[in-house]
Amino acid sequence: MSALLEVNDLSVRIAGLHILQGVSFSVAPSGVTVLLGRNGVGKSTTLRAILGLTPRNGAATGSVRLGGEEILGRPTHGLVKAGLGFVPEDRCVFAGLTVAENLRLAERTSTPDYDLVFKLFPELSKRSRQRAGSLSGGQQQMLSLGRVLLNDNRLLLIDEPTKGLAPKVVTEVAEALERAASAVPVLLVEQNLAVVRRLAGDAVVIAAGQVAWTGRGGELLADPELTRSLLSVNAAGGH
Amino acid sequence: MSTVILMTVTGLGLAALYFLVASGLSLVFGLADVLNFAHGLFLSVGAYATWWAAGNLPGAGAEGWGFVLAVAFGVLAGTVVASLVELVMIRPLYSRTIEQVLVTVGLSLAGVAALQAGFGADPRPFPRPAWTQQVVTIAGARVPMDRLLLIVAALVVLGALLAFLRWTRYGLIIRAGVENREMVTALGIDVRKAFTLVFAIGGAAAALAGALAGVYSGSVSPTSGSSLLIFAFIVVVIGGMGSVLGSAAAAVAVGLLQQFVNYYGGSGAGDVCVVALLALVLLWRPAGLAGKAAA
Repeated sequence: MSALLEVNDLSVRIAGLHILQGVSFSVAPSGVTVLLGRNGVGKSTTLRAILGLTPRNGAATGSVRLGGEEILGRPTHGLVKAGLGFVPEDRCVFAGLTVAENLRLAERTSTPDYDLVFKLFPELSKRSRQRAGSLSGGQQQMLSLGRVLLNDNRLLLIDEPTKGLAPKVVTEVAEALERAASAVPVLLVEQNLAVVRRLAGDAVVIAAGQVAWTGRGGELLADPELTRSLLSVNAAGGH
Repeated sequence: MSTVILMTVTGLGLAALYFLVASGLSLVFGLADVLNFAHGLFLSVGAYATWWAAGNLPGAGAEGWGFVLAVAFGVLAGTVVASLVELVMIRPLYSRTIEQVLVTVGLSLAGVAALQAGFGADPRPFPRPAWTQQVVTIAGARVPMDRLLLIVAALVVLGALLAFLRWTRYGLIIRAGVENREMVTALGIDVRKAFTLVFAIGGAAAALAGALAGVYSGSVSPTSGSSLLIFAFIVVVIGGMGSVLGSAAAAVAVGLLQQFVNYYGGSGAGDVCVVALLALVLLWRPAGLAGKAAA
């Protein structure tokens, strides 16, 4: 089965710092591929570089191929239109816009799938006139996920969707991700190992700007010593 | 009492001009992070194009619909120039802030020089409908009609801008972009089209301000844009970058303060008070009255 996304020798420098140093991995055309690693190793930078969101004072080099086509350096809006859906870390909902306006802004097709979004997140339907800035963190995350799930995507790039959420909301978000991943492949940055255990197919571990390990997520989490050495966490602890 | 009413209406007229210049400036800065020192040029282009059209464009003139046509021509000229400035000079420099400032400052100076070369350095009499020079009595105060024209025009523009921001897709993009431009892009939207649009809107509003400033002062000169731009910048900072309503509120505060203090405290004192107001607002609310929100 050929990869949907191939990242080869991806390097990112920001303000003189070599954040990513030749990262290479691939994303399967179905299921969830999880990017793991300690804080600050370059997981979010990897997602942002794929999507052309490297900051102005930085530069990304190497190769990123989506379905065999080189996309590194292409404008972000074009990549999203081509089917790369992005859910950023910290949600980034538009606080001054209502829930309905946030969703309307994200529509990329003439037939946005509101049924799916409202089925996964009924709260969004109830709160459509509420300003996004007044939503709870969990509701904002639902809105952020809802914005990408409105559209047809070839690949979802999702950055720490459960960060800072209450356990009950984490479960809801994980269920939604599981549902979304049944229809579209996902490249997920996630630190919550319970969520990783539930969702992960393949796993890529990044350490100090380089790929330290690749394999099946289950294989990684089944080996406590490996998990501890790569992630500095106890896999049995769940987080 | 009649003096207070006259001062109030005159201050609001001045505020209308400030608002027309500041609203576009504010949207451009809020969305595109461009500090556009060439914005005053759009005002001058609008004023001179209106002046030229009133004397030369078939059907246009200094009275009635002819004057409306002349102003429409001026607004169109300001819109076109603003759009071209964005497309040709600003767009290649979106990631280079220092160069942006240098280009817009240079363009502003070059624009004044070009107008002086084309039309002379001295002020030219501006064509204005006779009814704008008449007065109307409001609560005992004899108020010139041109002040009311400025206020009504600014209110119409304010209403149109708010409706545009509230009800249209591009308005939604601009409101979102003022909050987080990168995230708008990450939703698959080419935000550069919105940049051109806000430049065009800003250019149109500034050009209208140019025509109305001509009616108000009775003349047009190459430097009229620069002098209004300084106070428009103050209005933008007080109102909050990107906020149209903030600009409107700040323009009223600045216009009234300037008018009353200049009248009761001596010429020039109003300008000093406006700068003091700016300092106070920055200490109290560094992001301006409305913060960063395009509504």
